[in-house]
Amino acid sequence: MALTVDVRLNYGAFNLDVTQAFLLSGVTGLFGPSGSGKSTLLRVIAGLERGATGRVAMDGEVWQDGSRFVAPHRRGVGYVFQDTRLFSHLRVRGNLEYAGSRARGLGGPALDEVVAALDLGPLLARWPSEISGGEKQRVAIGRALLAAPRILLMDEPLAALDEARKAEILPYLERLCDRARVPIIYVTHSVAEIARLAQHLVVLRAGHVLRAGEAAEVLSDPETVPMMGPRDAGAVLEARIVAQHADGLTELAVSAGSLLLPRIEAAIGDQLRLRIPAQDVILARERPSGLSALNVLPVTVTEVKTGEGPGAVIQLKAGEDLLLARVTRRSVAALDLRPGVAAHAVLKSVALAKSDIGTPHAHRDGGII
Amino acid sequence: MALPDLGPLWLTFRLAALTTAILLVVGTPIAWWLAHTRSRLKPVAEALTALPLVLPPTVLGFYLLILMSPSSTIGGLWLQVTGTTLTFSFIGLVIASTIYSLPFTVQPLQTAFESVSHAPLEAAAVLRAGPLDRFFTVAAPLAARGFLTAAVVSFAHTIGEFGVVLMVGGNIPGKTKVISIAIYEHVETIRYAEAQVLSAGLLIFSFIVLLLVYTVNRRFPVHVG
Repeated sequence: MALTVDVRLNYGAFNLDVTQAFLLSGVTGLFGPSGSGKSTLLRVIAGLERGATGRVAMDGEVWQDGSRFVAPHRRGVGYVFQDTRLFSHLRVRGNLEYAGSRARGLGGPALDEVVAALDLGPLLARWPSEISGGEKQRVAIGRALLAAPRILLMDEPLAALDEARKAEILPYLERLCDRARVPIIYVTHSVAEIARLAQHLVVLRAGHVLRAGEAAEVLSDPETVPMMGPRDAGAVLEARIVAQHADGLTELAVSAGSLLLPRIEAAIGDQLRLRIPAQDVILARERPSGLSALNVLPVTVTEVKTGEGPGAVIQLKAGEDLLLARVTRRSVAALDLRPGVAAHAVLKSVALAKSDIGTPHAHRDGGII
Repeated sequence: MALPDLGPLWLTFRLAALTTAILLVVGTPIAWWLAHTRSRLKPVAEALTALPLVLPPTVLGFYLLILMSPSSTIGGLWLQVTGTTLTFSFIGLVIASTIYSLPFTVQPLQTAFESVSHAPLEAAAVLRAGPLDRFFTVAAPLAARGFLTAAVVSFAHTIGEFGVVLMVGGNIPGKTKVISIAIYEHVETIRYAEAQVLSAGLLIFSFIVLLLVYTVNRRFPVHVG
């Protein structure tokens, strides 16, 4: 079960050359800096780029190869554009019905169901020109779902929104990604959005696939760090709430031990996703003592990557999980950090992936020093 | 005051309405093609459709007369099939005015289609709308002003037509005697009162139609584009 893509497209100096299988389950993040070809690849999959050559096949059904080209309206893709592209001549209801009426009998969701899930009720009678950017994006997502797509392609649905609007729409997106029976390819250049939404990750650079795999694995690959940016690079790991302490701390279990975070309103046993920025991880060869930091995990160095600058990125194995740490080259030499070496990772901040977007400084609040 | 025969008025409206209807059907695909083609033939097609704008109506009428006359291939075939001549008939007039008013339909439509971006059409395509579906449910509504302008200008232009009608249709009451011809005839025979009534009527009617169009045009495009 996969969407297999083996395509090439030339636009002057830009070359897209991608061979990749996208799993038809959950959310696949398609990440890369602007100009890396993310949106173009999405358009190729949808059949909106006639100039693309190669092969696209959905679960064995050929959408495009040397002799065939299935038109976009026959592919059954749902597409959420960055600029929403609501029909300005139809009210919100008309926009939704446009999709619904063309997908009768295809097993898509009912209009009422989508309206309820995305809180579109109050908007139905309005014109697209009368609603906010976040509301428009919600309508666009609803409209795409009503077309009963076999795969949902989302092209930076949050990029045009300010932080407040992002915060308003993310819970909907998250619920959608959790519950949708539709596989999603989600284009973004925000690490935070990937950490929060995606299970799989494909990283594009200059029109080529740089890395692909489980999101947690790719995010903790030192190779991808330069693309994530110094602030955003970091590992994502799964945690489970094990205790709520009386002093206002919540204890979470990760594969390498336990972590303490300021109170998280969730039940014991709940699964959460944590994000640990690489720049907030300090390394020590001995188990540190006399330190105010609460969160220290035993780790093993698995990879050291030095670039041209004074910095280095260290990949660490913490139990079953991978972490990233940014240190200086001088520290690499002083601590003799090389693959196989045992160390301790001091985590200056741990953030819930959930609270990471929408509230720009939230991940600082998660820090306990 | 002498009331003129109102036959020419009715004939004129029938002619203009039928011509406009045909032009919208014929002109829309031409305009769509012109708006989207990258063919090298585009300038040729544009020049051809614009010809009636610059040619004196008498020149156009002259060639149409030759084309439609029973001695030509087309006119002869028509005579064989229908038993009537194309020249000096209402059908002949409709054909002539369709060609004569073609640029007044094609040009506003082409401009309107060019201003409809690919974005909403792509959005419709990924909502399972096929090409014709996209045209009627997205492109046409978004180009509604263009259709309104095209229809009104073509209608008005056909009503005011004189030279081509005179060449192709002559002056046969109930068949080809349209209002402009009737006015001309009244003036020729120095019946100014009748000419006055018809002229004033046409003037007032034209003004009211244009006024309506511009009023609607001001209100209606709020949610378009």
